[in-house]
Amino acid sequence: MAFLEETVRGIRKDIVKMIGKAASGHPGGSLSSAEILTLLYFEQMNVDENNPRKEDRDRFVLSKGHAAPVLYATLAAKGFFPRAELENLRQLGSILQGHPDMNKVPGVDMSTGSLGQGISVAAGMALAGKMDNKDHKIYALLGDGELQEGLVWEAAMAASHYQLNNLIALVDNNNLQIDGAICEVMSPFPIDSKFEAFGWNVITVEDGHDFDELRTAVEAAKKSEDKPTVIICKTVKGKCVSFMENNAGWHGKGPNAEEVKQALAELEA
Amino acid sequence: MADKKSTRQAYGEYLVKLGEKNQNLVVLDADLSGATKTNIFKKACPERHFNVGIAEANLMGMSAGLATAGKIPFASTFAIFGAGRAYEIIRNSICYPKLNVKIALTHSGISVGEDGGSHQSIEDIALMRVLPNMTVLSPADAVETEKMMDAAMAIDGPVYIRLGRSDVPVLFNEDYQFEIGKAGLLKSGEDVTIVATGMMVGPAMEAADLLKIDAVSASVLNMGSIKPIDVTAIKDAAVNTGALVTAEEHSIIGGLGSAVAEVLCDVAPVPLERVGVKDLFGQSGKVAPLMEKYGLTAKDIVAAAKKAIQRK
Repeated sequence: MAFLEETVRGIRKDIVKMIGKAASGHPGGSLSSAEILTLLYFEQMNVDENNPRKEDRDRFVLSKGHAAPVLYATLAAKGFFPRAELENLRQLGSILQGHPDMNKVPGVDMSTGSLGQGISVAAGMALAGKMDNKDHKIYALLGDGELQEGLVWEAAMAASHYQLNNLIALVDNNNLQIDGAICEVMSPFPIDSKFEAFGWNVITVEDGHDFDELRTAVEAAKKSEDKPTVIICKTVKGKCVSFMENNAGWHGKGPNAEEVKQALAELEA
Repeated sequence: MADKKSTRQAYGEYLVKLGEKNQNLVVLDADLSGATKTNIFKKACPERHFNVGIAEANLMGMSAGLATAGKIPFASTFAIFGAGRAYEIIRNSICYPKLNVKIALTHSGISVGEDGGSHQSIEDIALMRVLPNMTVLSPADAVETEKMMDAAMAIDGPVYIRLGRSDVPVLFNEDYQFEIGKAGLLKSGEDVTIVATGMMVGPAMEAADLLKIDAVSASVLNMGSIKPIDVTAIKDAAVNTGALVTAEEHSIIGGLGSAVAEVLCDVAPVPLERVGVKDLFGQSGKVAPLMEKYGLTAKDIVAAAKKAIQRK
């Protein structure tokens, strides 16, 4: 447990540092999903940093592609590429594009960034897995604002129609999107009964920053027999950086040098 | 040679043969499998045919996902919904990551007929052509459709194949060779070159015969590969005949006419006349009167050819 806690702390520090260095990026939704990615990559997923395209690996699709920093920091921590690369986030010629590029970054299973598409692609990956009688799982992380995209529901309908029990969607339910509170911009609520109505197995994690709770949910999702599973993770946008927490203003902006310093001090405390 | 067959019919039938040869081939449709003819494949190979319902965006997204796992999806619906509605999924989830998805869309152009302007795609070539990593193919007949499907299978990356609803004459025999990026010189002449694609290749041949009566010698170039386009063939046509006409069942904005104009202004500016839909939506009607109404007949090509020659 201490290992996961230490790992996620390092990932958060890297997120803040790389976005600060790039002077642009999306810290809020990266920090809110840090435990989710840490648990998946360091405990739950079958992946091999020395063989990123291993055929039977579990797949992860960052449907909320703007949270690229948390994916990059996690992959670097796991050893898919050197951590030093994180300094090049969003720089010309870097493998670390503003949104993930599967052809540039070892360990990225799908290029994403345009919301709603990742879950649809993940459903296709899961269908391929079913066709080939594979045991691997497909994980897709969605934002709660992303649920406003119609394609999410086209994919949700197809995933239950094809009984894609190898598909596990996680919703980073931090309640904020770039223009403000999701319930004010365009409420996606109720999220759980929507997915239920679409034929999904639904699990709610009350504290999406609690590894035990997340683990219980993911392990239950893996056992689903004939339905795709969605895990709705209640999280805090900007988690662990006091001035970013629950602040939509930190959806998509880079902290300045002073703010980076303060954030790192908080994360080290 | 007198046989007629739609390119969509040829597509559906040939999918079965391709699917026998390659077990990774899968077919996706969006509730139009009877019209796109993928139901022929479904009958032969139900376990590799997926009808995703009326959800074109998801059609493209799931195809992308299947491609990441080594499948070779052929995604089909009408051109207006595939290239139009699902455009940005094709862009970001298929072309941007260069995934091996073959997008075969039927009911392109105004030859859709009675369904009218809402269903007649006159902009799909433009939309697909502008995408990096995309190959754009537009078959003239049933034989070329099969050859293009072979060519699409042979490359690892996205391909758009533009198919039609109406029966069109079979122009080529089984020995016909197709290569991506190469045009086919169907007729050699001296005064003007007609560059045609898709169902306009037949009228282009007819136009060349009509021009001959007026002592005009016309070349006919079949531009089945719209992207990559055969720059050498266009340059040769410009040098050898000094005037060009393009003919396409598509808007004159962004399609074959634009593609040829781009090449000409780069390598050999000569007069060019574009036969196509003139920045208008289509409408309901039978195919032949529609083609007449929108200026897509052999006679229109003849008039354009004479105009191009005058401008030399």
